[in-house]
Amino acid sequence: MVPDRKSIRVDLQLIADMIEPHSRVLDVGCGDGALLDYLVHFRHVDGRGIELSTEGVNASISAGLSVIQGDADTDLKDYPDDVFDYVVLSQTLQAMVQPKAVLSHLLRIAKRAIVSFPNFAHWRARLSLGILGRMPVSQTLPYQWYETPNIHLCTIQDFVALCRELDIVIEARKILDTRGRVRNVSTTLFSANLFGEQAVFLLRKK
Amino acid sequence: MEISDFPVAYQTYGELNADKSNAILICHALTADQFLAEPHPLTGQEGWWDLMVGPGKTIDTGRYFVICVNILGGCMGTAGPKEINPDTGKPWGLNFPVITIADMVRCQALLVDHLGIDKLFSVIGGSIGGMQVLEWASMYPDRLFTAIPIAAAALHTAQNIAFHEVGRQAIMADPGWCGGDYLNQGKNPTKGLAVARMAAHITYLSEQALHRKFGRRLQDRDALTYGFEADFQVESYLRHQGITFVDRFDANSYLYITRAMDYFDLAAKHDGELAQAFKGTSVRFCVISFTGDWLYPTEGNRHIVHALNSVAANVSFAEVESDKGHDAFLLDEPEFHGVLKGFLDGADEHWSAAAGKT
Repeated sequence: MVPDRKSIRVDLQLIADMIEPHSRVLDVGCGDGALLDYLVHFRHVDGRGIELSTEGVNASISAGLSVIQGDADTDLKDYPDDVFDYVVLSQTLQAMVQPKAVLSHLLRIAKRAIVSFPNFAHWRARLSLGILGRMPVSQTLPYQWYETPNIHLCTIQDFVALCRELDIVIEARKILDTRGRVRNVSTTLFSANLFGEQAVFLLRKK
Repeated sequence: MEISDFPVAYQTYGELNADKSNAILICHALTADQFLAEPHPLTGQEGWWDLMVGPGKTIDTGRYFVICVNILGGCMGTAGPKEINPDTGKPWGLNFPVITIADMVRCQALLVDHLGIDKLFSVIGGSIGGMQVLEWASMYPDRLFTAIPIAAAALHTAQNIAFHEVGRQAIMADPGWCGGDYLNQGKNPTKGLAVARMAAHITYLSEQALHRKFGRRLQDRDALTYGFEADFQVESYLRHQGITFVDRFDANSYLYITRAMDYFDLAAKHDGELAQAFKGTSVRFCVISFTGDWLYPTEGNRHIVHALNSVAANVSFAEVESDKGHDAFLLDEPEFHGVLKGFLDGADEHWSAAAGKT
């Protein structure tokens, strides 16, 4: 008997809970395939993945998942319009060379996109940069400035503004703490932007 | 031109199950043959994919029924220029029709029919074997569940054609070739065929692999001889490769098969758009390339993946880290074997579910 639930990271669980069973899902930057594996086995989705690292790809395929070695910046353009129900971009947007183009592609190839990213306007980050004058380093932003893959960090406010510019509807917005647990304190965008360490957005086209 | 009632030589490993749902067709490479997991009848050497196929191995013959067919145009029993033309009672020679990868696949499909198998669980092949896999998926999408092209390409590039042309010219320049009629004249272009093999063999290895294996080391001598003997180990190795090859391979077969590869361009058959070859496909693909393969490099494999993505096909793609060159798919590469096994196991779950089995 297969258990009906398996333990995955809290933030991945949150994303999984946004996805309807039996849908078609593309996980962009799927890492070792943990989320995809969960979705395929417990949500019975038709799941695909793209991953840049060879280790991640090999681990995913070895686990029986359909994953290609590729780069979201260049490989999303090949997919036809509307072929997926959901596309997931978890903690990857900030490492894209062209995040705006990637976001547009996500909602071209899928009906809905789920995007999560670290919030650069969290009060600790502001404290670090604004008062201490140092680039923030934290659990959600674990890299020193000279070795970070995060070349396009943004704030929750920035992201909302970009969605508005691209005519993207925000269906749901979850604010998370460092460990990926939902914070319910922040009802306004202003406080979300100040107190959220990470954010997950469920998006659709207008 | 059409040929009919022709021989097809093949080997099988493992047992076909009652509902004939566990068959895997393996397409061999240019100079290999159907003896993939047993000693070769001519050379006595172990099967070319002994590492991969067998009981408990990556392609487990305890579980799967593995079929390997000597390709059309080959020289190990299937119809080819060496075989007897029934109309003349003499070897076909250059009267054998020029064949394509698609012809090879049609020939294999006839055998699969003959074995009573409607749908193969998988078609797997490296190099020209991978080209056949792509052609299979394109021609008979309903007859295979998964397709695994390894170190392959959807077309032959100018560089690929150029290397083959060197090999063919070496054969045809040998007086023993006799305009292709050597079998009737009791001759054999062994020198030409050996040179063709030597040139081709270089393309199967990476620069690093050659360097690691031989460097500039000398062969059975302490100093250069300042002559044209095989001073270097690499020369001796290539000569050996050439000389042993002619004992088991037919020169005209080499011409026909390399020509079929040169003519291969899957996109050209579909209005220049590779994706059209796979439109609407339900085949699950696993494309695998190797970092050190400069003959059919990752770029060409990625081109196949992009085409498959653009028709929303179910595709996996792994580039395996290896500096051993094109031949890596024949060697002990644990990462490669892990990917292949994982893909097959994953696909098997879906295949069983689709077949309504438990």
